[in-house]
Amino acid sequence: MKKLLFGILAALSLAAQAQTEISFYYPVAVGGPITKIIDGYAAAFEKENPGIKVKPIYSGTYQESIVKALTANKAGDPPVISVLLSTDMYSLIDEDAIIPWDDLIKAEVDRAWVKSFFPGFMENSQTGGKTWGIPFQRSTIVLYWNKELFKEAGLDPNKAPANWSEMVEYARKLTKKDGSGNVAQWGLQVPSSGFPYWLFQGFTTQNNIVLMNKDGTQTYYDHPAVIEALQFWVDLSRKHGVMKPGIIEWGTTPRDFFERKVAMMWTTTGNLTNVRSNAKFDFGVAMLPAGKRRGTPTGGGNFYLFKKSSPQQREAALRFVRWITSPERAAQWGIDTGYVAVRGDAWDTPEMRKYVQGFPQAAVARDQLQHAVAELSTHDNQRVTKALNDGLQAALTGTKTAEAAMKDAQREAERILKPYRK
Amino acid sequence: MNRITAQVHGWLLLLPAAVLLAVFTHYPAGATLWHSFFSTPKPSRPGVFVGLDNYRGMVEDPVFWQSLANNLWFALGTIPVSIALALLMAVWVNGKLAGRAFLRLAYFTPTVLPMIAVANIWLFFFTPQYGLLEQFTGLFGLPNHNWLGSRESALGCLIVVTVWKEAGFFMIFYLAALQAIPPSLYEAARIEGAGGWTVFRRITFPLLMPTTLFVLVNAVINSFRLVDHIVVMTRGGPDNATSLLLYYIYEVGFKFWDVAYASALTMVLLVILAAAAVVQFGFLERRIHYR
Repeated sequence: MKKLLFGILAALSLAAQAQTEISFYYPVAVGGPITKIIDGYAAAFEKENPGIKVKPIYSGTYQESIVKALTANKAGDPPVISVLLSTDMYSLIDEDAIIPWDDLIKAEVDRAWVKSFFPGFMENSQTGGKTWGIPFQRSTIVLYWNKELFKEAGLDPNKAPANWSEMVEYARKLTKKDGSGNVAQWGLQVPSSGFPYWLFQGFTTQNNIVLMNKDGTQTYYDHPAVIEALQFWVDLSRKHGVMKPGIIEWGTTPRDFFERKVAMMWTTTGNLTNVRSNAKFDFGVAMLPAGKRRGTPTGGGNFYLFKKSSPQQREAALRFVRWITSPERAAQWGIDTGYVAVRGDAWDTPEMRKYVQGFPQAAVARDQLQHAVAELSTHDNQRVTKALNDGLQAALTGTKTAEAAMKDAQREAERILKPYRK
Repeated sequence: MNRITAQVHGWLLLLPAAVLLAVFTHYPAGATLWHSFFSTPKPSRPGVFVGLDNYRGMVEDPVFWQSLANNLWFALGTIPVSIALALLMAVWVNGKLAGRAFLRLAYFTPTVLPMIAVANIWLFFFTPQYGLLEQFTGLFGLPNHNWLGSRESALGCLIVVTVWKEAGFFMIFYLAALQAIPPSLYEAARIEGAGGWTVFRRITFPLLMPTTLFVLVNAVINSFRLVDHIVVMTRGGPDNATSLLLYYIYEVGFKFWDVAYASALTMVLLVILAAAAVVQFGFLERRIHYR
């Protein structure tokens, strides 16, 4: 009897040892469909991998998640993996919180896996020859347009503006005033609250200029081409009168679009499912118009691996992240959420082919990826970004000229980044 | 012997509160002061003693000055108006009128709602073109205005939201105080032939002064403490036009991870609040109690 009991105990403790738990911070502002999908993934993975337990922890918005992850890291108890903004890479490295995935990648299949992601998404995931982030929920900016309003204005409803001058010309035709001279319908909206730098990167990329160097130690905010790009953005409302003056709220922009207060809007592909279910009119999705070239920044979140984890946890984490980014799951994730499926072969799966056939707008973001550049990210990222955000808002509200605003922003960025250049 | 027991007894009774205060208020305040003299520790370079460098940096930081100025305007805009409004509402719903309970409830509702929810509601009130405010001003043929999106009006909008949120809360205190004023005073005044305004000015208002002090203290604290609506409505923009001191501390501390500078900023906030407390309790209190 006693022996049996010991036997059971021994078996139990063995099982406990074999069980590796990986905690997983996942940013989601509200519960609902997305948490259900993630919970489903965790359960399915555990079923296929009995030794591993995945514990998703919903950690609020991206901003709240990085705060929680870094605070937990300072307290010595970070998650094993976390989805955080791709732009937080340098901050996480500077805090010595994460390790590159390369340390774990030994097999050839693993190397092939890292290479399978769209190169555009890897730009924000690699630095110094190492891969720190694995793309998961990534997005780009696209242009949505209201086909009905295009028709009313005498434009071809199936043709989006292909370049800057067409965009201005269309927007002018789409801007309507009521009897008292108030604008009832704007031609175009590019949001500028919260994180205007991201939208601005659309303009700068199209003007064929990058905002920072690859090491994240230098910005080019006051380059003439950057100032020119900003001037174009400012002129949309100031000179051409086709966009609402002042700061345009990011959060209410899709609603303005649904309410037909604006005919074209720039916003994330992550809004695709939202627009599809709420727009009561025929709408189109297009790549952003070209200036000197086409262009958009990428955005969204990557998987990071935290340093304070055991070798078993790291192995388990790699297994989980490989599993969740497999072509089938990447495809399903894209279909369910509107994010861009992060690897080419995900778009060749039968489900994705069927989805794109019924809803061709979904493929626009993928096709635009060849023109995509890395989202603005440097050391001390949030501070350097804030310098640009403040400058952009100052120019858009008219308190500073484009040139003065960008000179001030560059000066501030220089001050912050100097210590990182060695 | 007995006296010592009484002493021990007293201290034991104070102990739980004292421990909580020391751990969660006094120690953090002291630690913050201490940290503000060091540089922010990073894994590659530990924090070193830098003396007053963080404070020197603050003097040269335009965003700090802007936030401080914004905060003073914010306080000036919210405190007198919300107190006056609270008093007005309290006097009104204290009278005998039909639907009094309903009115009191209506005035109190904003207080019950969480600030985040309130800010989200107001976000749509202020929405250009089809927001509630725009529809209203449109009736009078006024031009469109981007309320939260322009530097001139953004802070004003936040002040309106705050007043709306706070006035009902302060009203409750005034209402309680109004009901504690002995009716005999009013009867005496009526016999003397005093009019409504005189009664208010000579009886009601002076007897409400202790409540006004209490409300004032709360209003001052709140004007430096409330930042939830900024996170939802403007995130400090456009170009820092609505950045308040506490919001800036949050940005420096939890977005930039510059703990040392955030500590220095926190000390400024502490000093401001301490100064306000000294004025209110040391100076005003002595002049307003009628006993």
